[in-house]
Amino acid sequence: MQTSTELRPPAPNRRRTGKLAHSPLWLNLLYVPALALFAVFIFYPFYKGIVISFTNWDGFSQEYRHIGIANYKRMFSDPDIANVIKNTLIYGVGSTLLQNLAGLAYALFLNQSIRTRGLARTVIYLPVIISPLIMGYIWYFFFQYRGGALNDIVLLFRNEPINLLGDPGINVWIITFVNTYQFLGISMVIFLAGLQVIPKDYYEAATIDGANAAGKFRYVTWPMLAPSLTISVVLNLIGGLKLFDVVTAMTNGGPGYASASLSSMMYQLYFGRQDAGYAASLGNLMFVLISMVSITALVFLRRREVSP
Amino acid sequence: MRNRSGRIALSLLICLIHVLPFYVLLTSSFKAMDDPSSKWVMPGYFYLDNFTNAWKEANLGRAFTNNIAILVGAIVLIVIIGSIAAYPLARYKTSWNKFVYALFVSAMIVPPLTILVPLYKFMVDIGGMNSFWGIILLHVTFNLPVTIFLYTGFIDTIPKELDEAAMIDGSGKLRMFYSVILPLLKPVTATVIILTGVTIWNDYQFSVFFLQQPDSRTITVALSAFFGQYNNNIGWVAAGSLMGAVPVAGVYLFLQRYFIHGLSSGAVKG
Repeated sequence: MQTSTELRPPAPNRRRTGKLAHSPLWLNLLYVPALALFAVFIFYPFYKGIVISFTNWDGFSQEYRHIGIANYKRMFSDPDIANVIKNTLIYGVGSTLLQNLAGLAYALFLNQSIRTRGLARTVIYLPVIISPLIMGYIWYFFFQYRGGALNDIVLLFRNEPINLLGDPGINVWIITFVNTYQFLGISMVIFLAGLQVIPKDYYEAATIDGANAAGKFRYVTWPMLAPSLTISVVLNLIGGLKLFDVVTAMTNGGPGYASASLSSMMYQLYFGRQDAGYAASLGNLMFVLISMVSITALVFLRRREVSP
Repeated sequence: MRNRSGRIALSLLICLIHVLPFYVLLTSSFKAMDDPSSKWVMPGYFYLDNFTNAWKEANLGRAFTNNIAILVGAIVLIVIIGSIAAYPLARYKTSWNKFVYALFVSAMIVPPLTILVPLYKFMVDIGGMNSFWGIILLHVTFNLPVTIFLYTGFIDTIPKELDEAAMIDGSGKLRMFYSVILPLLKPVTATVIILTGVTIWNDYQFSVFFLQQPDSRTITVALSAFFGQYNNNIGWVAAGSLMGAVPVAGVYLFLQRYFIHGLSSGAVKG
């Protein structure tokens, strides 16, 4: 896919096509349906979300009051929020780190000629295409307190099963692990594609210069993988920061809000407690948080690509 | 890991570890409820009650039909609306069109859940709750950014000389799009179908809000309702999860090259 840039006709072509340079206005009508959908289902709700976040709307009645920035003030004094933001960052940043580490390791390993590597790739990638909710249930059977597969083993060594999903300090990391397990195949495939376009001569040159395996990785592989790293990190960040399905399946955010992410907390505030105004302000917080973190990561990593 | 068999052994070990949760799913779904044996042991008997019960209780037959209807409707619209939107954006890079393109693509970063509250209210207001058209339009909207991104990138690589040649032959712009560009879009259309198809088929975050009536439920929503109800009956829930996962997994195993290529090209082209 990277090679497609090389196949593209040289840039001057674009200037010579003078006849096509002026866009006939009516042709732009072709993207009006898409724009209309955006306006109706993204821009308008986005605007309404800001309005609702300044009210005490309960989610169904026709009456509500404008209460200024009370919802946002409440956010700062809400003891659950700090913890939920922390969880969201663990889901986002934690699984991004783990996914990229594992994905890179697998890619490096499976880039060698191994007879079974096709099988390994298929198996590692399989969870990517399964619904995260179902994946969450599958791991639930593994970790659950009563009759879980892991506890079947634990019970051979001690009398009490361990309650991993009910333990607030631990369940967050288990959910992070499950998210990592499910999507590390994407990182692996991105890194594999990146590895395949590194020219062999670079490694030969490094060998002549006397570089060992570690040196080759440090000075050839790692810098050449910079574009793959950017994509893989940003993709995983966005996916992890909005985590919802897996949380719902494994702990439903509990106990309390102990393992909730911003999205699952918002869901519970809205549907569980009819606290729609507050839920809307939480949605806006989530919007700011996710776009800030992912855009920062994107800009930082892109800059790193240019100057290694 | 210099020797060959060592590497093969390691790769098989990795496979084994990754397959473990699926193995547990299998043993749980074939095990009778009163069987106290470990989850790691396959039952020595043949027992399908979990599957028949889960299918009946979760109304999975209905859920599958709903999933397919929503999937097909959404994909058709995504491909049509996405491909025609990308054409002017790729061919006429005026500053206005660049702005429109940026607007479409930047929406890829924003998770739809952040506007859940107002979106829900809006769907109630327009009567789109529990309806196929409502959820289809949502899926179409939120899958358009990646679709337009892929189509625009692909049309960029088609030489403009082709357009010009067709126009010299006397076909109008619109006809030229259908007779010259559209046939060339087959590979990227396959990518779009796989990429958005998997997202839509597996969707839970939208469906759980907008398809709440039992008759309108999709597979994931039906399973989560089922899970809430029969939390204690692991065998049933496991069988239901297995039936929900098998169709996609099956298609994946047959078409895996297209899947891996399609699902990652959305990313790699960035």
